[in-house]
Formats: sequence, structure tokens, C-alpha cells
Amino acid sequence: MGSRIKKHPILGAPEKGKKVTFICDGRTLEGYEGEPIAVALRAAGIMKHRYTKKEHTPRGIFCAIGRCTDCVMVVDGKPNIRTCVTPLRDGMKVQTQYGVLPEPFAKQWQGGKEHEKI
Amino acid sequence: MKRYDLIVVGAGPSGLSAAIEAAKRGLKVTVFDENEKPGGQLFKQIHKFFGSKEHKAKIRGFVIGEELLREASELGVKVTLNATVIGLYQDKEIVVKIGEAIHHYKGDAILVATGAAENVVTFEGWTLPGVIGAGAAQTMMNLHGVKPGNKVLMLGSGNVGLVVSFQLLQSGCEVAALVDAAPRVGGYGVHASKVARCGVPFYLSHTIVKAEGKDCVTGVTIAEVDKNFQFIPGTEKHFDVDTICLAVGLSPMSQLLKMSGCEMEDNPARGGQVPICDEFGRTSMEGIYVAGDVSGIEEASSAMIEGRIAGIAAAHYLGYISGEELTEKYQENQAALQGLRQGMFAPENRGKQIERTEEGIPISMSLLKKGYIDEKEIERFPGVSHKAGIHPVMECSQNIPCNPCQDACPKKCIKIGSKITSLPVVDESAQCIGCGMCVASCSGQAIFLVREDYEPGFSTVTLPYEFLPLPEIGDKGYGLDRSGQSVCEAQVLDVKSSKAFDCTNLLTIKVPADMAMRARFYAAGK
Repeated sequence: MGSRIKKHPILGAPEKGKKVTFICDGRTLEGYEGEPIAVALRAAGIMKHRYTKKEHTPRGIFCAIGRCTDCVMVVDGKPNIRTCVTPLRDGMKVQTQYGVLPEPFAKQWQGGKEHEKI
Repeated sequence: MKRYDLIVVGAGPSGLSAAIEAAKRGLKVTVFDENEKPGGQLFKQIHKFFGSKEHKAKIRGFVIGEELLREASELGVKVTLNATVIGLYQDKEIVVKIGEAIHHYKGDAILVATGAAENVVTFEGWTLPGVIGAGAAQTMMNLHGVKPGNKVLMLGSGNVGLVVSFQLLQSGCEVAALVDAAPRVGGYGVHASKVARCGVPFYLSHTIVKAEGKDCVTGVTIAEVDKNFQFIPGTEKHFDVDTICLAVGLSPMSQLLKMSGCEMEDNPARGGQVPICDEFGRTSMEGIYVAGDVSGIEEASSAMIEGRIAGIAAAHYLGYISGEELTEKYQENQAALQGLRQGMFAPENRGKQIERTEEGIPISMSLLKKGYIDEKEIERFPGVSHKAGIHPVMECSQNIPCNPCQDACPKKCIKIGSKITSLPVVDESAQCIGCGMCVASCSGQAIFLVREDYEPGFSTVTLPYEFLPLPEIGDKGYGLDRSGQSVCEAQVLDVKSSKAFDCTNLLTIKVPADMAMRARFYAAGK
């Protein structure tokens, strides 16, 4: 939903690092090095970061300062990474987190019980 | 284990101010902050601050942040970032998580300046992606240059809700509505007015029924509430929005203090669980100090002063300064703090319904209900007057501690006097030269230059304008009234930008003569 502000009336043009690419659920996206992963995702129009383990309901950015943990995703294979305070690096692999895994729940069940895979 | 004279937890306005004062007096100071960047919330504050010169009035928050960082670094204060203090123990020992390692430090004094966290309200759909804190919106747009959404509904009419709504507009977002369950606007009237005149409707005594959408927010339903905050059936209103912003207050982040054994209290007037402390920021644990929002929710200007006091007190505690110096500096800072804690929004007036200003003028009820002063009410305020030629019109109607306009006028047209909360008055004997310094200096954007007799049938209005694209001379558009309604055609006669105005552009529009006291904003023609 979000989009980048090209020029701000008070702050001018945002200062950004170099442009990099990263992969989100198999899609190649662009962002700026050093900005939070969550910001790059919002600019790319991605709202959903994870699905909860119990109710399987979607979550996205909430506090944006690393406090609420709603925006955690699987980053470079590691789950529960707070994307709002984790800087984006070139070539990062970001995945939607289902419970604590990067596979959708249906797939997790096929492969055995959830807790056995952790 | 490394030792320091003073360890400061939190590199926000109060923590940095304390570190600066302590370092000035010879203490070896170190600061830890869990964030990637220092400054706390200051770098998200892009509006001009209120107060007087000593409170850094009319300087934008992020500039104050830069000044504090520069001063701290010049004094040799070390700020370690990405460093989360996870424990504070007796004997003033702390453990800090830096990367994947845990480090152990000891301070002869500790200052906890951890600030506050945003509150949440729950409603159906509140966990949907697209429901965010107002702070999150500020972080995304002001720190990282990304709009949080395109169409936003704001819940909360305190200063945070009002200021962030304006910032959303400045970032190019549409604000569909500003909603608050309370019956009256909670924040400064001037903040409300600058949002209202952009056309944002205010819904007081309303709150969110539900956020709509399956995977993310696609809309919101609000409804009116009665005096017991129960929904009134049949009053539902729907908005198509992609973002819902919550600005429903802050709570002190006081866990470290509780952990250390400080005596705590539940104090709603201070925002929740807070340490019991004295006027120097001393807690019940000897050598542990507090400053800023963690010891009671206020704002950055007072947090900086509290920080200074605590830093000086720590210097005295460790024997770096005499009792006389402590008393002298304390009195100086305390006076500055008292200056900020005056007027309608002073801590002692929290929750009270103020009916009249200090001058005895009835408060604008329209301002409290709809966010703008009604035309029938405007003339009763002393800053609003009529005279031949160009003159300032100051739509300042509440007693808040702020006086930059008085110093801004080179011709001394504006008088506030020694009481910083007094409403500004036009000095009829002084001659306005139309320089616009007062318009740009008003942190509340409540001053306009009006020339009622510009030419037969027409007047001019000069207004503060902080949006892009900036209109150009000759542009034709519409004059909007205080509620944001288009009331007349308007032509741009002048656009002034100057370093002294600090990004507040002055737009002069020509409007029909009967609109001189109505047109207060400009919208480009389509």
C-alpha cells in the first residue's frame, strides 16, 4: 500500500543507501541497503509478514520500532526476525512466516507435525 | 567488567541532555540505546517546537536532535547503539545485549531514560496488517521516506494524533477522518486547526467499531459513543481506508526500574507504572536516577530539562560539583520546566474542562468539537483585529506556553508579555511591514497576514504552507475556510521561501473582500 516519498516539504529527498535486490517468497524486489526490511516491503506493497501459529491470521507492521514483534519473518533461513529493525542487505532471502516456519501450514502438516520440524 | 561514573540508558532527548550536563562537569559517561540510531523520537518530530527560546521553540524536533548529538560527541560522551540494556541490578550493575553477546558494566550512578511505548486499543480486526501505531507511521514516513498507506484513518486527537495526521498529509497521504472517543479534542487547538483546514473531518465521541478486510485493512467502520463510551446504534459511518493509525497515548517503559528494586507507583496522571522520584529525578535506590517519559508522560521539551537536572544531580552525588552549584543550576532549570508546565494543558489541568482562557474569554467550543474555530467565535480572541493595510491575524485561542511570535516581529507588532501562556495581542501603534516572520515563527501555524483593503472588492491573505508541490505565482485555485471547505476562488500573488522561514513557505492569495477573515488555506485548481 505504501509508496516512496520522492521529495518531502520539510525533509527534502530521503537519504538512502545503494539500491539492492532481495528475494521475498521467490519474488525479486528492490530496496535500499540499510533501510529496515519492513520498509522495503511496504514500499513494494507487501502488507502481510506472517500468519499466527494458533489462528492462522495475518500480521504486518504494527509498532515499527522492534517492540511488538508483529512483523517477524524468516530472514536468510532464520525465523522470528524483526523486519522493522533489521537492515536490508543485498541478496537477502525473506520469507513469510507461518507459525515459526517458512512453509504454509498445509505443507507443514504434510511433512509431519509442526513441533517436530522446529 | 567496565566501570563508568554515569551510565545512561536511552539516547533520547532526556538521556542525551543528562549525559551532556554530567560530561560537562567531568564525569565519565556512557550511553546505551537499543536502536540503530540515537535521538529517541526526536528525529521523527518534524514540526517546530513550542515554548520560548530557552526551550528551543520554533526549532524542528529533528534539528534539536542533531544539536544534542553534536554537543554530546564534542564532550566525549560515548553512545553505544544496538545495545539493549536487559538488566539493572542493585549496586548499579547493568547487563547489555550487544549483537549476540551479553556485556556487564557498573556505574557509580545510573540514569534510566528509556522513554515510553505506545498504547493500543482493541476492536474487531485490530490485528489486521494496516492497523499501525502513530509512531510507526512517523517512523516509516519521516525516518525512512515511505508512506505507511495512501488513505488513513487516525484514532486519537491528542497532540500525537493531530501532529501525525498533519505529517501524513505532508507526506502525501490522504487522511479520511480523525476520530476520538472523547467528547473534546485532546491536543493543542492550533494543531487541530491546521489539520481541519486541510479538509480532514473530526469525529469526536466516536470510535472504531471494526477494521474491515480479509488479509489487510480495506476499510473501517466507526460509530458514535454515549457518555459511557457505549456505541449508539444507527450512528455507524464507513470509510474506505488502507491504514488505521492508533494514537491513544503512551505508557512509561519502566521495567528496568522495577527490576532494580525502585519503589514504583501506579499513577494514571503520569501515564501508568512509574518510579517514585523527587524533583532531581532521584529514585528510592541511591544513585539511580530517572528523566523523561519513563518517569511520567510529557513531551520532549520537558524531557530535555528533566534530563539536565538529573545529570547535574548525578554530578553532585558523585562529588563533582558543590551543593551551591547544584542548587543554582536546579533553580535555573526548574524555572524553565515550570515555564512549560503552565497554561491550559499543564499537568494539573489534565482531565479538567477549561471554560475560559486566562484572559476570561470563552474557549471556542467548535475548536474542541470539530477542530477549528467557528467564524462566529474568531473575533473574540485578542490576536484577531482589523485595521487598514497589512496586519497580522493571530488565531491563537488557548493558553499554551509559547512566545516565538513576540520576538519574531521586527516592528514589535505582537505582544505576549512576561506571562508565556498569554494570548498574543496586536499592538495597534506599531506598523506591520508584511515581512511574514511571525507567520513562519508560529509553531502552531496560527498566524496569517491579512490585507483587507488590497484593491476594490479584494483582500489578500498570507498563510503558512508546508506542502508540495508548492504553488506558483499566478496559479488559480480555491480558498478554503477553517473547516477545509472551498469558499471562493483564489489567485496566488506571492510565494515566499527563505532560510529564516525554515521550510514554512508563505503563500499570499487574493480572495474576494468578504473572504479576508474566512479563507485560511489554499487548494490548487483542478
